[in-house]
This record gives sequence, C-alpha cells and structure tokens, in this order.
Amino acid sequence: MENYIVAMLVFAGLYGLMALGLNVVWGMAGMINLGLVGFFAFGAYVSALLTKVLGLPIWFGVVAGAAGAAAAGMVVAMVTAKLRGDYLAIVTLGFSEVIRITASNEIWLTNGTDGISGIPGPLRGQVTPEAFNLIFLALVAVVVAIVVFLLQRVRHAPYGRVLRAIRDDDQVAAVAGKTVIRFKVEAFALGCAVIGLSGALYGHYTSYIAPDGFVPLITIYIVLALTAGGTGNNYGAVVGSVLVVFFMESTRFLTEVVPGLQAVQVAALREMLIGGALIVIMRLRPGGLLPERLPRIDLPESNLPQEKKAT
Amino acid sequence: MLTEVVQLVLNGLMAGTILAVPAIGFTAIYAVLRFPNFSVASQVTIGAFAGYVANVTFGLPAPVAVAFAFLVAGFSGLVCDEFVLRPMRPAGPLAAAIAAVALTIVLENVVRFWFGNDLRGYDLPVLRDWRFAGLRVSPQQLENGVIAIIAMACLFGFLAFSRMGKAMRAVADNPMLASIKGIDSVAVGRLVSFVGMGLAGLGGMLLGLDTSIDPLTGFRAILTVFAAAVVGGLGSIPGAVVGALTIGVAEELSLLVLDPAYRSAVGFVAILLVLTLRPRGILGERAF
Repeated sequence: MENYIVAMLVFAGLYGLMALGLNVVWGMAGMINLGLVGFFAFGAYVSALLTKVLGLPIWFGVVAGAAGAAAAGMVVAMVTAKLRGDYLAIVTLGFSEVIRITASNEIWLTNGTDGISGIPGPLRGQVTPEAFNLIFLALVAVVVAIVVFLLQRVRHAPYGRVLRAIRDDDQVAAVAGKTVIRFKVEAFALGCAVIGLSGALYGHYTSYIAPDGFVPLITIYIVLALTAGGTGNNYGAVVGSVLVVFFMESTRFLTEVVPGLQAVQVAALREMLIGGALIVIMRLRPGGLLPERLPRIDLPESNLPQEKKAT
Repeated sequence: MLTEVVQLVLNGLMAGTILAVPAIGFTAIYAVLRFPNFSVASQVTIGAFAGYVANVTFGLPAPVAVAFAFLVAGFSGLVCDEFVLRPMRPAGPLAAAIAAVALTIVLENVVRFWFGNDLRGYDLPVLRDWRFAGLRVSPQQLENGVIAIIAMACLFGFLAFSRMGKAMRAVADNPMLASIKGIDSVAVGRLVSFVGMGLAGLGGMLLGLDTSIDPLTGFRAILTVFAAAVVGGLGSIPGAVVGALTIGVAEELSLLVLDPAYRSAVGFVAILLVLTLRPRGILGERAF
C-alpha cells in the first residue's frame, strides 16, 4: 500500500511537470497544445534510447529528452505561428498521432508496439524497490520544485508579462513593439521542454515505455489537471495534478463497488468520468481552484496623472 | 507499373469521395461556428455504430442504414453542441476546442461501454470485384462512393437553393451582417451542428463499410479528415471535397514508397506542407 501511494505521488509529480509545461504554453502564452502526450512520448523515447542503447548517463538522457521535445515543439510552433490558434490545435493533435504511429512502426529504433524495456533508473537494482521508489519520489519532487521556481521567475519577469500580453491580445503586444512570433515559438518550445522532461523521467521510473502508454487520454488528464488547479497559476498546475491522480485512483475503487460490469465497461466508465469532469469544471469553475492572480505592479504615486488618481 | 498507378489513383479517388463527407461536416461547422469541433471524431464512431445497429440488429440494407447513421449522429451532435459546446464558445474558440476533445473521450467511451472493444463488421452481400482493363473495382466501394456523392449533392442543393441553406452561408460569410439582416445565428448554429455531425456519422458508416468498426474508428480517421479540410481550406465546403480527393489520392500513391502503416502520417505531412506554403489551403480564405 505504501509503495502504491509513493508510486501515485511520483505520477502526480510527473503529471505536475506536464501541467507546468502546458501552463507555459496555454496558461501564460494562450497557445493550445492538444498533443502534449506526443511531446511527452518524444522526451521518453529520446532519453530511453540514449541511455539504454548508447549507454549514456541518465542525466544526459533526461536533458536530451527535454531538448528534443523543445526542438519538436519549436518546429510545430513555427509552422503555425502566423496562423490562427485553431491550426495549432489541429497540428498538435496530429503530431501526437504521428509520434504514436512512428513509435509503433519504426521497429529497428523503438521496438514497435512491444516497447522498450529495461530502461535504466537511478540506483535501480542497487537498492530495494521500495528505496528506489522513495529515491525517485524525492528526485521528482526536487525537479518539480526547481521547475516551479524557475517558471515563477519567468512569470514575474518582463518576459512573462509579454507572454500574458500576447495571450490577451497579440495585436496590442505587436503594436507595443514585441516580436509576437518569436515569443510564441519560444514559449511553446519552453513548455514542450518541460513536458519532454516529464516524459524522460517517466521512462526512467517505469523502466518500460510503449506506444500504448501515450494515448490522447493523457492529454486530457493534463488539461484537466491544469484547468482544475487554475490555468495560469504554476502552483495550481501542481495542485491540480495531485487532485487528478487522486480522482483517477479513487474512481478505480469506486467502480469496484458497482457490480456486474465487465473490465472494459469499468475502463470506459472511468474515462467517461475524466472527460466529463473536464467539461463540468470548464463550465462551472473555469478559473480552477487557484485562479490566476496577476502580479501587482506598484506604480510610483507621483508619476500618476491627476485624473487617474481620482478614479 | 502504369496500371498499378492508375489503380492506386482510382482507389484514392474513391476513398477521397468517402472522406469528403466527414470533412465537409468538420469544415461546415468550422465555417459557421468558428472553432475546430474535434468531436467529429466521436460522431464518426457513433454514426458507424448506429449504422451497424440498423444494418445488423434490424437487418436493414446498407443504403437505408446509412440514413439512420446520419440521423443518429446528427441528433447526437446537436444535443452535444447545445448542452456542452455552445455554452463554452463565449470563452473563445480554443476553450471550445478543448471541450470538444473531452467530449470525444466521453462519447467514445459511451460507445465502448455498450459495444466493447471488439471489431465488428457490417452484414453485406459478398460480391465479386469488377475487372476491366486490368483494374479492379469492388461494387461495394462503388456503392459507397455513389451514396457519398448523393449526400454531397443534397447538401450542395440545400446550401444553394433553400432559404435556411442561404442563411447558413450568410452566417459563415459575415456573422455581423447576417445578424443585422435578422438571421437567427443560434438556429443556424443548431442546423449546422445537426447537418455537419450527421455527415460525419454518415461518413463514419461509409468508412466502416469498407473495413470494420470499433470505438476508435472515428479517432483513427480524424487526422485524415483534418488534412482534407486544411488542404482544401478550412471553412470552405468545395475545398473540403477537393482536399479529400487530394488526400485520398496522396495516401494511396504513398503506398508506392511508404509502409502502409504510415498512410495517416501522409495527412499530417500534407497539413504541414500546406500550412507552410499556402496556409489558406486550395480554396480557403485567409488563415490568419
């Protein structure tokens, strides 16, 4: 049971990283990414292949996984940067499918649908599985803390302000002299880097990745986590991910109570609940549990024009 | 070699004719409601299964079952839009797009809940392929193509001649002007959801008639449907037809050089190429 809880917390951390990545793209810059599972898979495969096949150190694989996902994100964003957001939605959704098709068919590289097993993990085999679980949980917690810290810095920096301006009205941002396209591509790549980082860690934790593990449902989990937590809020992304993992796992127990259902029906019911929860939260509480609070900017009193002061 | 290429082009044109039906549904909804309604994926599946129930459970012949698929998917699309997506649209097209993906997951699992994950096939007469000049055509494919063409002809007639069809085009063209002229944009939105999703469902059944169906039928087809709509020009109905034929032929011709598993990746490459070179597509309007 303790192992189960630790494993779920690791997953909450990995989902939290993805939600943080999505928060940069969607929460800060207002760009859609419906294929984030594709970037997650990309990071996982890059890191798994580098460490397992080429025998490179794990840290290198993780960094390369994040960088690879960022590069893929950059290409996707550059193709659609000038276009309306709808096109990015279509391209990202397509991207994740293409990644899955490629991973299933390039058997020489990815071992096809059988997946890659025996991916090395830090200290795996040298300590007991319980200890490995705890070490990995600590590692994920540290990574999440570092990413939250860095992204909070980005959020409060002028850079984050520009992203919010682009999100709210990119024409105004352009008029103010910001190179909107460059910011958009950078934000998208940054978000994808965090998502790829999560994917790389995922592979090293479970030691096994396969195309079946990268289904579109995961994208919905993450969108749900970010929306429930609070779009635009980095802490909300993490809180939302913990809630989503808790919700998913509790539905596992809930459906055991309903008698007379086949396994496939139980699985279908759980997925329905996830999708339904996202729709309900978007309707009833679009700001999430921790709605975004804009950083206060204190202007020096004396510089304010008189009439502004009156209002 | 030449016969092989001609055969592939022929297959591609027939596949494209069928693909055009859901692509028109997607693009028509985009034109009027201004957001990419990804739940076409689930309505394709729902139509395929509605047709399955009519065809296998009630024993109706395929051309009649197709009408049933249209009605069930259209009605389901209308209800979903009314209660799920329409309230989301004021929050912006991207929020509605996200909700549409969540909706797809829900509906796909409703189908899975009742029918399970097994592959199912329609109850069809077994017919021998027709052969002439070294080319093969299956009568079933031909029948599917004819059904698709009839459905499209009905739609074009509706858009060109009926009052409601003209209203639909007016809203798509300029929503502001249409509302000044007293066109009820909500009613037009409902109509386009019904017709668009109905076409998606009809297309789903036509796709299934060729092979088999399962709850993921719609999702697997969706990349190709997007590709058809984007290549033709998102929001343009004639564009969707041209795009679907292009993608259909391109997918078949790709078999000459690519592994069949990569067929649906062809659509993605086509999307990237079109967005890079001519974002508005073959017949579309401005894309930014």
